Amino acid sequence: MKILLMGNPNVGKSVLFSRLTGVKVIASNYPGTTVEFKKGAMRFCNIKAEVIDVPGTYSLRAVSAAEEVAVKLIAGAGLIINIIDATNLERNLHLTLELIRKANKPIIVVLNMWDETKHLGIEIDGNKLQELLGVPVVATCALSGEGIKELVYKINEAKLSALKYSKLPLWDEIGDIVDSVQKLHHRHHTFLDVLQDISIKPPFSFAVGLTVIILSFFVIRIIGEGLINYVFDPFFENIYSPFILQVSGFLREGTFWHKIFIGNLTGGEIDYRQSLGLVTTGFYVPFGMVLPYIISFYFVLSVLEDWGYLPRLAVLTDRLFHRLGLHGYAIIPMILGLGCNVPGALAVRLFEAKREKFIAATLMAIAVPCMAQTAMIIGVLGKFGGQYVLIVFIVLFCLLQILGNIMNKLIKGQSPEILLEIPPYRLPHIGSILKKLWMRIGGFIKEAVPLVLTGILAVNILYFLRVIDFFAGVFAPVITKVWGLPKEVIGALLIGFLRKDVAVGMLRPLGLTLKQLIVGVTILSIYFPCAATFAVLCRELGIKDMVKSVMIMISTTVIVGFVLNIILTLGGV
Amino acid sequence: MISLNKLDADKSAKVLSIDAGINLKDRLYDLGIKEGIVIKKITAASTRGTVVIKLGRGQIALGSGMASKIIVEPV
Repeated sequence: MKILLMGNPNVGKSVLFSRLTGVKVIASNYPGTTVEFKKGAMRFCNIKAEVIDVPGTYSLRAVSAAEEVAVKLIAGAGLIINIIDATNLERNLHLTLELIRKANKPIIVVLNMWDETKHLGIEIDGNKLQELLGVPVVATCALSGEGIKELVYKINEAKLSALKYSKLPLWDEIGDIVDSVQKLHHRHHTFLDVLQDISIKPPFSFAVGLTVIILSFFVIRIIGEGLINYVFDPFFENIYSPFILQVSGFLREGTFWHKIFIGNLTGGEIDYRQSLGLVTTGFYVPFGMVLPYIISFYFVLSVLEDWGYLPRLAVLTDRLFHRLGLHGYAIIPMILGLGCNVPGALAVRLFEAKREKFIAATLMAIAVPCMAQTAMIIGVLGKFGGQYVLIVFIVLFCLLQILGNIMNKLIKGQSPEILLEIPPYRLPHIGSILKKLWMRIGGFIKEAVPLVLTGILAVNILYFLRVIDFFAGVFAPVITKVWGLPKEVIGALLIGFLRKDVAVGMLRPLGLTLKQLIVGVTILSIYFPCAATFAVLCRELGIKDMVKSVMIMISTTVIVGFVLNIILTLGGV
Repeated sequence: MISLNKLDADKSAKVLSIDAGINLKDRLYDLGIKEGIVIKKITAASTRGTVVIKLGRGQIALGSGMASKIIVEPV
């Protein structure tokens, strides 16, 4: 039996899904977090059921991709759990009535966010609603787990409604239902209400936006650096190094296995950033350099997501993105991309038209470095001063603007307009933040670390087989004459197809000047997405558009490397 | 009778008509924006900026092009 979880965007379907099935999924306080439907299993009354978390829909008219998915899924469903945001009954009942009349499946209605209705002075008579709709109604608070047991207990009471078609227009019918089941009590404005107002109204909204962004960067840096200085580096220096030196002595320097596992020693000591061995650099890059920033970035992102700030940032940046052929909601793939380009590429689905998908995906792949890469850029450039890290980000931001403007002019079609429901602010729930953080860290360790190790192994093999030397010879003219870099940089460019963080790390042993490092890391950011992102983009854009996108990436890289080389040389860096 | 993007900020208005194709009309309808309802405009940086309205307890952001197709009467 198939059970569908259906409801408007951002009503808590994914949280409820997690509660019912135990399957962990990412949930946030903005519409469109779930772009792919997810499956899980649950048991009730000794029946095994498959539960599907359907992306949010406003209607069954199938105007968007998410709605089309929903309509297709209904055909094969055994019953539907319709989740309603109890604080916004009127809006949500629209889909409920459509489901009751068009889906022709047993339905049970869940009034979620029940706890919030009390704070908001909303009183809903659940029994009356049940009577009027003709299907069971259960109140829950998915975040805390309240009411979930009752829901599971009542699932088999789900039934087809006998509700007749009304002569009234749909919204009037809904209005009548709401009037008879809901009472509103007056309440005073809370601090969150005031904050909600000032973060949407200019000019304060710009001040709030700037404060949030600067504060976020600051906190990410403090936590990231703190973890490195006080946790990860001491661990590597005091606990891990002595152990590795013993292994090194056992394998003996100069042997093949020593080269593979430990890499090159620097004056009898291990330099984790340069040795390029599997258990030295291979462990230090993901755990000692990248993981601390992954932790700090996703902590801050989770707070912003659950608090509900991101849709407001979308409104704030709407006009800016409009010039790039997109609208403000493009901020979602861009910000997710700052963590990892893969979820960023998936979030491109928030856009409907081919043109918008293409522009959003190309801009994200070129101008948004993932956290793993950013952490390495900080590791490589940071010691020369924060301003050089800033230069790289300024170049990328300018690229976003320039390329977006060009694509918007050259590609036929118009910029779409934003149409977005802005969710209320919610105080982040520390339990769900930590859970989400834990999932994302787990995802990084499971998916990224094996690739990093593969990357390091590949470096050694490619050097051993002299493949890198061969390509260095072929691409030497571009690399040396156009970009002013030594031809050995090709090794990093090759490995960058696999993992960008390893690639940035490979620049270190080359003994580059500051100028060459800046040009090098910038080129590595824009020239091509990593393998994982590339695979997702191929699927989302199709091969033809992907080829076009890659051509834009490569030509941009050649030009930017050249221009940056000249500017930095003239600037005396 | 003016279009929504010309309405002043902090003013409430009743939606008289929506001069749009069926597609946009449907999308707005799904969000509860339809003829006869009263909305309150929250932002109006300029007539070309993004418009945010309050509708019931929620807020909805929409582009200025869409807003120009929504004809309202201040109340």
